[in-house]
Amino acid sequence: MHDSNPLPLKDRMKIARMPMPELDPEVRSRNFQEVTLGLKQSAALTEATRCIACAKPSCVIDCPVGVKIKDVVALIYAGDFLAAAAKLREDNALPAITGRVCPQENQCEGGCVLGKKGAPVAIGNLERFVADFESESGLLGLPAIAPPTGKSVAIIGSGPTGLSAAGDLVQKGHRVRVFEALHELGGVLIYGIPEFRLPKSIVKTEVDNLRRMGVEFETNVVAGKSVTIDELMQSECYDAVFVATGAGLPRFLGVPGEHLNGVYSANEFLTRVNLMRAYNATDYDAPVYDCHDRDVIVVGGGNTAMDAVRTARRLGARTATLVYRRSETEMPARREEIEHARQEGVKFRMLTNPIEFVGDSKGWLIAARCMKMELGEPDPGGRRSPIEIEGSAYLLPANVAIIGVGTTANPLVQSSTPDLKTTSHNYIVADPITTRTSKRGVFAGGDIVTGGATVILAMGAGRKAALSIHDYLTTGVWESEVCS
Amino acid sequence: MMAIGLVKSESYVMYRIVEARNVGLNIKQFVVEAPRIARKQRPGQFLILRLHEKGERIPLTIKCSDPDAGTVTIVVQAIGKTTSLLSCLEAGDSILDIVGPLGQPSEIESYGTCVILAGSVGTAMALPTANALKRAGNHVIFIEGARNTDLVVFEDEVRQASTETYFMTDDGSYGEHGLVTKKLKDLLDAGLRIDFVLAVGPVPMMRAVAQITTALGIKTKVSLNSIMIDGTGMCGGCRVLLGNQSKFACVDGPEFDASLVNFEVLMQRNAMYRDKECQSLRQFEEHKQGELAQLRADLASQDAHHA
Ligand SMILES: Cc1cc2nc3c(=O)[nH]c(=O)nc-3n(C[C@H](O)[C@H](O)[C@H](O)COP(=O)(O)OP(=O)(O)OC[C@H]3O[C@@H](n4cnc5c(N)ncnc54)[C@H](O)[C@@H]3O)c2cc1C
Ligand SMILES: Cc1cc2nc3c(=O)[nH]c(=O)nc-3n(C[C@H](O)[C@H](O)[C@H](O)COP(=O)(O)OP(=O)(O)OC[C@H]3O[C@@H](n4cnc5c(N)ncnc54)[C@H](O)[C@@H]3O)c2cc1C
Ligand code: SF4
Ligand code: FES
Repeated sequence: MHDSNPLPLKDRMKIARMPMPELDPEVRSRNFQEVTLGLKQSAALTEATRCIACAKPSCVIDCPVGVKIKDVVALIYAGDFLAAAAKLREDNALPAITGRVCPQENQCEGGCVLGKKGAPVAIGNLERFVADFESESGLLGLPAIAPPTGKSVAIIGSGPTGLSAAGDLVQKGHRVRVFEALHELGGVLIYGIPEFRLPKSIVKTEVDNLRRMGVEFETNVVAGKSVTIDELMQSECYDAVFVATGAGLPRFLGVPGEHLNGVYSANEFLTRVNLMRAYNATDYDAPVYDCHDRDVIVVGGGNTAMDAVRTARRLGARTATLVYRRSETEMPARREEIEHARQEGVKFRMLTNPIEFVGDSKGWLIAARCMKMELGEPDPGGRRSPIEIEGSAYLLPANVAIIGVGTTANPLVQSSTPDLKTTSHNYIVADPITTRTSKRGVFAGGDIVTGGATVILAMGAGRKAALSIHDYLTTGVWESEVCS
Repeated sequence: MMAIGLVKSESYVMYRIVEARNVGLNIKQFVVEAPRIARKQRPGQFLILRLHEKGERIPLTIKCSDPDAGTVTIVVQAIGKTTSLLSCLEAGDSILDIVGPLGQPSEIESYGTCVILAGSVGTAMALPTANALKRAGNHVIFIEGARNTDLVVFEDEVRQASTETYFMTDDGSYGEHGLVTKKLKDLLDAGLRIDFVLAVGPVPMMRAVAQITTALGIKTKVSLNSIMIDGTGMCGGCRVLLGNQSKFACVDGPEFDASLVNFEVLMQRNAMYRDKECQSLRQFEEHKQGELAQLRADLASQDAHHA
């Protein structure tokens, strides 16, 4: 696509990056409304003007699924937002979601050449703008659905991986049924990521679209318990199964006192607040132990920990403190969340690690015993590893402690499917290109294969799986020995 | 396609109550349509249900199931808001969400002499395992305990599921006077050799049983009623302490080796939301009829929406 922008490159680079309008931090730290409000049309047009339309666009190279960003931005510049949305959707099935939650600073925007001297093009904000424009326009037509093939696919798990695969497969004319263990669809997008970052209505819109395209959904089915993979293939006659069960099992620290009342996994805390809507306690029944006027600490440095600490703040915590054993530069959370959290009054206690939780005589948490840490040599992954400073233990007062130090594989499918090959950490072994597992007709992708990753990688894995499943269903060929 | 009419073109599943009856004071039994669960259920497993859009998820043991009819039977004691609302429902009503069967099935072996101790609603929870143990050729002694005669439930079924049966009430209004542990001690004092014990009921009761039997080296299981949300291992809220190991009651249990269970931690964790629960129950009592009407209206509109 050629560069239709007449403005000289030099002048484009002088335009300042359009700021994202946001709710006032004082106000938003007391409610669950979405923090970022979305670019206005005029701002989006200006922002699109900034792109210098690189010959070899590094934004595209650094996008995990190769979204044709340069072309999308050009279409926005031309004012054809629906065409821009369509171009986005060629590579990304969930643009309204990834536009909000992708760690753009490590991906497209991290690659953008404008970032070398100034601020990169606000690709994430533009992505969200066109996706929201498309859905608000009501002009989002349903894609063409191929005539029925007579083949059927069972998808286990309704997170971004499963949803993306479902959309592509149903378009190819296959019958698709998604089985979900919980009572709501969307996986982490619903029970993990809070409303103030990703409104539930956006996930609902995506699910409703899939429904209209003919995808069937069955909630309250735990694969491995309610039905096994073998039963799905034999008694329920599915021709292929796609396992997209995610990495939802919480990790704890394994330190003394973790059973005290007031100590939660981030998953439990977020599930109570998001899935069971405990933030609306006057209306909903599931309680979450009161954060109001209490000291809350959250352990971890990723998006999960960040979501938990900002949620605690919104539930009225007196202090909401993030405790992380490395320093801020090593935090895996999105930069934007770190900034937002700070604006909202979240305290950061870096280079700190709890070694024990201390309770009162009734078993309620009152403090965390913490060690101060320092950074040593980089580990094999390149991050500097934290080392305890001897004799530095001190008590940090806390009535609520939330552990957000990562998750591991959901195990129920693996334990009920003996011929499914797994890694030593119980992730499913699947070919990175074809997503085929060791079991004929069974494919796997997303966090259940890679471990906790990102929404965009999950989406990409779902689409890759759809291609490969379609291939298998049409050719009937199962190349053996694909995975070792 | 399938043996059971499970595969529908639409993806909406209704869990209709086909039978509801009171079986004791504030204890009610329901037979509910849930074909997937009915086909897979094993003794010792449970389900999790949610009554309405704003309701919490609560675990209940599956007493029995009929795979052909596609139904499961549950028994509920009204002690808080959700269990009270459930107890208001009748045949013809529906339950919004039911997921299961969850948890590990009871280990059924040929032990020899088994003693099962259960307190009122715990009786319903222990019945499927008692039945299975008896079918596996064990000599099953069932000791049912209750505060008083109104809370003695399933007498006939208990007799059928056991080879020897005792009823104990706190006030002596039915069966013998005293706690289930008194009967257990009597049997031991009389020289009975016990190979396996299962205790299902309030935590203090299970702890008292464990203190007696594990000291004697008798293999003892207890069914732990920790607070659950998802029931799939995803939240860790149901974690219990076994020795110094953390286990998730929903996927590793609910039955655990009693000699390892830290009952104090279980009691402490189960009390976590007590204030909130009491408040919620009081509010419910005040608005009971309204809530029930609302629930039925919501379900009807769901039904219409998916029709
Ligand atoms: C709190 C939090 C915040 C995050 N923030 C970001 C972010 O800002 N940006 C980003 O890119 N990524 C973020 N992530 C990571 C991202 O959400 C995940 O990588 C992504 O959701 C993985 O998608 P998935 O579909 O593979 O798995 P999931 O989203 O975990 O979905 C799996 C689904 O399968 C279901 N399931 C599991 N077992 C069974 C079974 N046996 N039977 C039936 N169903 C089953 C689960 O209930 C779930 O609904 C975050 C994660 C968390 C937890
Ligand atoms: C594996 C298992 C099987 C069970 N089987 C049965 C059964 O067959 N029949 C029966 O009547 N009861 C059973 N229970 C107990 C039942 O789940 C609780 O009585 C119910 O959740 C109380 O909800 P409520 O809103 O009415 O009461 P609340 O007022 O909310 O709570 C009353 C008490 O119930 C417990 N409780 C509250 N919420 C939960 C929860 N989400 N999960 C577990 N416990 C909770 C707490 O200890 C609390 O103090 C079982 C529990 C477990 C864990
Ligand atoms: S790298 Fe930046 S400037 Fe270059 S095409 Fe991509 S968005 Fe435009
Ligand atoms: S109920 Fe959530 S892990 Fe057991």
